[in-house]
Amino acid sequence: MEKTVNQKAWFLVLPVLLLVAFSAVIPLMTVVNYSVQDTFGNNQFYWAGLEWFKELLESERLHNALGRQIAFSMIILAIEVPLGIFVALNMPKKGFWASVCLVLMALPLLIPWNVVGTIWQIFGRVDIGLLGYTLDALGIAYNYTQDSFAAWATVVVMDVWHWTSLVALLAYAGLQSIPDAYYQAAKIDQASRWKVFRYIELPKMQGVLLIAILLRFMDSFMIYTEPFVVTGGGPGNATTFLSIDLVKMALGQFDLGPAAAFSLMYFLVILLISWVFYTVMTNLDKRDGV
Amino acid sequence: MAKITLDNLAHSYLPNPQSEDDYALKELNHDWVDGEAYALLGASGCGKSTLLNIISGLLHPSQGRILFNDRDVTSEPTAARNIAQVFQFPVVYDTMTVRDNLAFPLRNRGADASYIQDRVQHIAKMIGMEGELNHKARGLTADAKQKISLGRGMVREDVNALLFDEPLTVIDPHMKWELRTQLKSLHHEFGHTMIYVTHDQTEALTFADKVVVMYDGRVVQIGTPQELFETPAHTFVGYFIGSPGMNVLAATVDGSTAYIEGTEVDLGAGYSVPDGKVEIGVRPEFASLSSNGTGLPIKIRRVEDVGRHKIVRADFFENEINVIAGEGAEIGADMNRVTFEAAHINVYANDWRVEPMGTQASPAGEAA
Repeated sequence: MEKTVNQKAWFLVLPVLLLVAFSAVIPLMTVVNYSVQDTFGNNQFYWAGLEWFKELLESERLHNALGRQIAFSMIILAIEVPLGIFVALNMPKKGFWASVCLVLMALPLLIPWNVVGTIWQIFGRVDIGLLGYTLDALGIAYNYTQDSFAAWATVVVMDVWHWTSLVALLAYAGLQSIPDAYYQAAKIDQASRWKVFRYIELPKMQGVLLIAILLRFMDSFMIYTEPFVVTGGGPGNATTFLSIDLVKMALGQFDLGPAAAFSLMYFLVILLISWVFYTVMTNLDKRDGV
Repeated sequence: MAKITLDNLAHSYLPNPQSEDDYALKELNHDWVDGEAYALLGASGCGKSTLLNIISGLLHPSQGRILFNDRDVTSEPTAARNIAQVFQFPVVYDTMTVRDNLAFPLRNRGADASYIQDRVQHIAKMIGMEGELNHKARGLTADAKQKISLGRGMVREDVNALLFDEPLTVIDPHMKWELRTQLKSLHHEFGHTMIYVTHDQTEALTFADKVVVMYDGRVVQIGTPQELFETPAHTFVGYFIGSPGMNVLAATVDGSTAYIEGTEVDLGAGYSVPDGKVEIGVRPEFASLSSNGTGLPIKIRRVEDVGRHKIVRADFFENEINVIAGEGAEIGADMNRVTFEAAHINVYANDWRVEPMGTQASPAGEAA
């Protein structure tokens, strides 16, 4: 059958083009516009070219924030992914307790970020917080407002508390999809517990773990609210992550040009790292073998 | 290799079974003779897989014991029983190569590398996958995966028994035939005790020395294919084996004569029939049409020509009677009677076969 050719059909995609332009392309272009201009107030802008980008790339402040950000994301991934898998492996497979576990695991995910921040801000206080008070009473020096190690520990533990469930639930879903026959075959083949994990459970979880790692990476790389509420980026700049720094720059100092350039680079870095994660993980088993 | 004894074995999936109906596998005593090939035949859901999983230790029976060479293994885990089992749907380790898949059970037992190498090569040849040994198992087709599963089942030489749970379901017909032949030759070569679960009678009859027929959680008959054909111990065996199955007709039996809907039928031997539901069973192979006024009055409904012979479907009062007629046989419009060969009529009381008087109960005929 001959296909009908009618170029007017292109008009059908017009609404979506307009919508995307209005909601995404034009705002993004505004940011691009800011990033190449400078202003001295009075709504007067001057062409600055790539000056802001050059300046930021050499800025020690940005380097430090980026370093902290990468360290933070890597630390929480290194904790949350193995811990999530471990929790998922130990959750009951079915029955009443499986439901109880699922509900309990889902709870932290339902709490808004700023509430989580507030909970930990109070929890960690030495005077009225249970955690801070207990640690202090045990003779452990702990003060997240003055000691950067304590501040980091608090922010990391808070993130683990908030988000490990997500990894656990995804891993659990992956585990639940493994047919019983695989475990039975492994028993017949006399495989050890470790081999069952390595050759059955891990490969079957690979897909969901990829999603879990990407989600946790992107989220943690953009983290803002929780550390902002707990430490405000301090003590000093110890917990000033990229988002916090960006907000300081854009709204605190109202440096729109550098902030716009910062945003664009931030976006590209997230895109780049996510792409690397994705590529590495999807090619993992193609590499070892034919 | 081992003799496997089931002693008083029964299994229920319910925690507190009340009546016999709660048991998926009803009480069973049986010896699986060392080195024999058995087929476990029955409709879906009759307890075949349950029995297999109990033997391999994947399930713990509700009651009774399992003995390997008279050693009680009831509470031993699967790994300690050293059994090979192949499941209905392919189970392969996706991330491993075909070679590693086949070597996996041997490596887990700590066999040395050169032995593993030889053995894997041998099995690969057997399942026809020598060329694909270095491929990842992930991308293979379902029947290639199932061949790997079969290969993994056969790779250990020292197993106590080889259990197959409908392993050829996903394999295409041509390969099915070949693999079955390979399994048989493997059996001749190593003399493993093999139990082959299937619901396909052709598969069962061609594979096994002895066929165990299960029905509703019970073993109803254990015998050679010929015994199952000629003297089915239960009406289910009659129905299930044969194509079409045995004709079973309600009758009253008095001595050596049966009365079916008012017609006398000679049984060729005397019976003393207990109370209850009495039926006679005749295979379509031993029934023939006639037009001379003797036999049961029937009305032919349909004749199916299946090539080697013709299957005549006829109505007899409320029942259907099937008759197998030779390929060249003329089936005339005047054929309105059916007669049975007296020597091949079986009498059933409450679905179980009644031995004619003056004969010894044949050991294979009695089961359960």
